[in-house]
Amino acid sequence: MDTAAAVIVSMMAAATPLLYAALGELVTEKSGVLNLGVEGMMITGAVTAFATATITGSSAIGIVAGATAAMALSLIFAVLTLSLVANQVATGLALTIFGIGLSALIGQGYVGTPLDALPKLDIPGVSDIVFIGPVLFGHDFLIYFSFVMVGAVAWFLYRTRAGLVLRAVGESHDAAHAIGYPVIGIRYLAVAFGGAMAGVGGAYLSVAYTPMWIENMTAGRGWIALALVVFATWRPGRVLLGAYLFGGVTILQLHGQGFGLGVASQILSMLPYLATILVLVLISSDRALIRLNAPADIGRVFRPAS
Amino acid sequence: MAAVASDDATARLALTDICKTFPGVVANDRVSLTLRPGEIHALLGENGAGKSTLVKIVYGVLRADSGEMRWNGQIVQVGSPAQARRLGIGMVFQHFSLFDSLTVAENIALGIDEKVPMRDLTERIGEVSAHYGLALDPGRHVHTLSVGERQRVEIVRCLLQNPSLLIMDEPTSVLTPQEADRLFETLRQLAAEGVTVLYISHKLEEIRALCEAATVLRGGRVVATCDPRTETARSLAQMMIGAELATPERGGADAAGNDRLTVRNLSLESEHPFGTPIRNVSLSVRAGEILGIAGVAGNGQPELLAALSGETLCEDADAILLDGRPVGRLGPRARRARGVCVVPEERMGQGTVPEMTLSENGFLSAYLRSGMLRQGLLQVRAMSRFASDIIQAYSVMAPGPAAAAGSLSGGNLQKFIIGREILQNPEILIAAHPTWGVDAGAAAAIQQALLDLAKAGAAVLVVSQDLDELFAISDRLAVICEGRLSASRLTRDTTVEQAGLLMGGMFDEAGEIVETHAA
Repeated sequence: MDTAAAVIVSMMAAATPLLYAALGELVTEKSGVLNLGVEGMMITGAVTAFATATITGSSAIGIVAGATAAMALSLIFAVLTLSLVANQVATGLALTIFGIGLSALIGQGYVGTPLDALPKLDIPGVSDIVFIGPVLFGHDFLIYFSFVMVGAVAWFLYRTRAGLVLRAVGESHDAAHAIGYPVIGIRYLAVAFGGAMAGVGGAYLSVAYTPMWIENMTAGRGWIALALVVFATWRPGRVLLGAYLFGGVTILQLHGQGFGLGVASQILSMLPYLATILVLVLISSDRALIRLNAPADIGRVFRPAS
Repeated sequence: MAAVASDDATARLALTDICKTFPGVVANDRVSLTLRPGEIHALLGENGAGKSTLVKIVYGVLRADSGEMRWNGQIVQVGSPAQARRLGIGMVFQHFSLFDSLTVAENIALGIDEKVPMRDLTERIGEVSAHYGLALDPGRHVHTLSVGERQRVEIVRCLLQNPSLLIMDEPTSVLTPQEADRLFETLRQLAAEGVTVLYISHKLEEIRALCEAATVLRGGRVVATCDPRTETARSLAQMMIGAELATPERGGADAAGNDRLTVRNLSLESEHPFGTPIRNVSLSVRAGEILGIAGVAGNGQPELLAALSGETLCEDADAILLDGRPVGRLGPRARRARGVCVVPEERMGQGTVPEMTLSENGFLSAYLRSGMLRQGLLQVRAMSRFASDIIQAYSVMAPGPAAAAGSLSGGNLQKFIIGREILQNPEILIAAHPTWGVDAGAAAAIQQALLDLAKAGAAVLVVSQDLDELFAISDRLAVICEGRLSASRLTRDTTVEQAGLLMGGMFDEAGEIVETHAA
């Protein structure tokens, strides 16, 4: 495998956790709910996936467990904010703090435990073709699945009736309620989907990207995912672009550190965050575009009259 | 008087003894109502009389505490709007039911229950709009539509489901007189085809012109049923209010003095993506007169008001002059210090802080023009006295100065806001929709207060959607349409038809009416 191909392959791996988490949050936000607990759900997904994979010996079961655990966490959020109309911002922040603490507790016994990485789908012969082979083939299935999910989310939101209803609920919950749609129920589903996706993103970190458990291993990726959604003006294609940009710069700066550039490593480590924010801010500098795509009722409490 | 459900067998909808209580309020108290096929039936009442509650119960948005509903003779329980639509009940809402960022076709798809492919839906939208003369482009985004067009979207959405009962909630409050006439034609056509129309309004003249039966609600009860064609507007108003209606008294209209507030060629982009930019607006308000600005909602009124109050700064300081001095770059506080008081559009949020007490709210707006602040300290007694004065002078129904603004009803809060601004002795008062959503008794009091203020020498500018109101109180009248302002005309020389033409944008660069080409 030549260097360019290696860079692209590792970039894809770095981008995938963000892509999952941001896609999930995009759906949640399109329904009008702002869940700031992405970081907490990701890390809970990561630790649960790792522990389950270690116990059962199956990465797949681990990933499902990670998604389920993060979804359970998101449902706590849903009960608090949707049924008990708690403030979404405060509850989301609390969820992150809770998730980080909980993951450290669960993960205590697993620090330093080795785990086999998620298997790559190698096709003998094809995977050996120069450049194309490693870039197109030989990834683990979660990377392929993330592309499927980008398409599926875009198709769902813009081509199906259910997606239209979800966008309508996020646009104006009063109008949706008046026409007769179950606002709260739809939002529960959207929050649960966001939680599961954040869990898969976290699981990818601990069973595929760096197959081990380290406390706080999401390292702020949940926050980047949240920012991605806004800067991508709530559009799945742009979330993909943003996630890969972040992944790309992450890998480039790692290689830069490897080459021994005369720049402090801390500054290089900052680069992915800076570059992603910069590029996406430029893309979304059209404020009208943001306002047109932003779910108008995001973060607003819905109290139906009975 | 109790409504007698006469011939239940032929009734399309018969409600008997519907009751609904909200915490602290009885919204519907044993309300009975009978609607026959092909009838246009008015539901008449003041704000808070229980009209909206009643139709929401019929449409399944709310659930009645007790009472019986019969649909074509069968007892039914309507648990949701979807079920109401399946029965054949359609409703056109006054607010809250279109999604700005979605297209016309998407909005319509959301409001119907069958799952129709988009292509077929577009075709059916075309058929229905052609049949009823309701022109619509299915691919356009709703935020680009005028208010009249939005209403068409709602009507077409209902008609696609072939309803046998159509509920219209105050449909003409956002229309020009000509648009309203077109709507009436559509409704008469529907009635002729056998559809029952339940028409909610408090505009008496249009009810007399359109409806053949009326049920009057007051305080949640049916107080009368009548044939509006044989009643006068005055007698209907008295049934509605339950008391004599005071008409505002006008002072000497020709006493106008010098220009106080002048706007010259003001152009401004809107801050809101769905807003209307202001285009080259000029106007002047003289001491001692009321200038009325009419117009259908969504034609740039909020943007113009924000520019006048100073919430949005003009690029050019000379665009707005106070007594000849430029103030276009001054914020709201500086303008207040120069004697400009404002009654804003939104009562809660813009006009008052709902969580704060009346005396605190009085302070927030009036401290520059009264002795309620000394060396940075609140003069609590002066604040409380100021709020008490407002409550007394404008008969605001409130427990006292310590009541939270948000606990007042809309009409009472509006009286408080108007009183607060007028008691500051403004030299110039800018009032946005002063009587919107206020019951007729309070509206008359507010209009009288504005007339008195002008008589005392202040320059008053009133922006309103209510033409009747502007004809009743303004000395001169101008119309705003798509961000442009017509030239002002003497109100007494203007007819409702002319105002309607202006509201439809039929004026030229100079702001004069463009008459349609006579043969």
